[in-house]
Amino acid sequence: MVNYIWVAMMVIGFIVAMFNGTMDKVNEAVFKGAEEAVTISFAMISILVFWLGLMKIAEKGGLLVVLANLFRPIVKRIFPDVPPEHPALGYILSNMVANLFGLGNAATPMGIKAMEQLKKLNGDKNEASRSMITLLAINTSSITLIPTTIIAIRMKFGSESPTDIVGPTLIATAFSTVGALLIDRFFYYRSKKRRE
Amino acid sequence: MSLINSFSIWFVPFLIGFILLYGTIKKVPTYEAFVEGGKEGFSMAISIIPFLVGMLVSISVFRASGALDLMLNFCKPLFDRLHIPGEVVPLALMRTISGSGALGMTSDLIATYGPDSFIGRLASTIQGSTDTTFYVLTVYFGAVGIRKMGYAVKVGLFADLIGFISSCIVVSLLFS
Repeated sequence: MVNYIWVAMMVIGFIVAMFNGTMDKVNEAVFKGAEEAVTISFAMISILVFWLGLMKIAEKGGLLVVLANLFRPIVKRIFPDVPPEHPALGYILSNMVANLFGLGNAATPMGIKAMEQLKKLNGDKNEASRSMITLLAINTSSITLIPTTIIAIRMKFGSESPTDIVGPTLIATAFSTVGALLIDRFFYYRSKKRRE
Repeated sequence: MSLINSFSIWFVPFLIGFILLYGTIKKVPTYEAFVEGGKEGFSMAISIIPFLVGMLVSISVFRASGALDLMLNFCKPLFDRLHIPGEVVPLALMRTISGSGALGMTSDLIATYGPDSFIGRLASTIQGSTDTTFYVLTVYFGAVGIRKMGYAVKVGLFADLIGFISSCIVVSLLFS
């Protein structure tokens, strides 16, 4: 599916540009897009190195196991394919906690680390396993307690109550997370049925 | 407000301090462990590059050609019928493909309609309640070399749709 979306966005873009007279902008966009991607990746080095370094300390000290034990009943239900003692659980939980507190740049390294563990669990194949897609679903609909960036923007434009969207955001994000998990289950069982 | 502000300022140093002290108490060679773990970060960032280049080129071609605007105009009557203000629809679509693009749009909507207007609040809630699906997909799967994504894209896009719809419902119920 990602192959089709990828090609479609590009080809539709070229066709629209033909009729729109925006071919010069499209030319520019090709190289701007590539440049932006490399810039983002390089900017991520500092964040990845720092948080992964710190997480190694937490891992060696056994902090991740403590965290995993604490939330085991919930996580076991969300990730039934992951064995209860597996190190992936600690990383999954760290990723969820970081998201919860709006620490986007800490959540990413922990999420990647969790993906790495889940890949090992899946026999190092280059296809996404069930648990990986569940982790992805949780991250795209990330539950956030305090959307800090948005509050800052609202303050900048002189809002009388910049934080009054915290409640609605929390409710909306809770709905979308539950919804994402249900959809994840639905597609999992559908693809399982198709394979049989 | 100041409480929330100071919370987010204090939280990161607290977290770092906690992990460092915990490690020290548990007799972890902290500095060595930090360096060892950090090393992986570099190769991870590098392995994301091809995934991100592919995705971002495609997305920026789609945007720059005007295809995104065309798609939005095409969808607008449908949203009008559902009483969703047409102004936030571009934001909902942008949110799934580009984080920085969506943030720009949200600032723009808040600047135009005011942060405490219905549209301003709705835009804030949409921005806060979902994450950029294609970015998460590209970075998380890219870093560990997952090429076959299975039904992941469908799940991510549906999750975005639910986030958008629930934002609309919650904000209309609470603020209008």
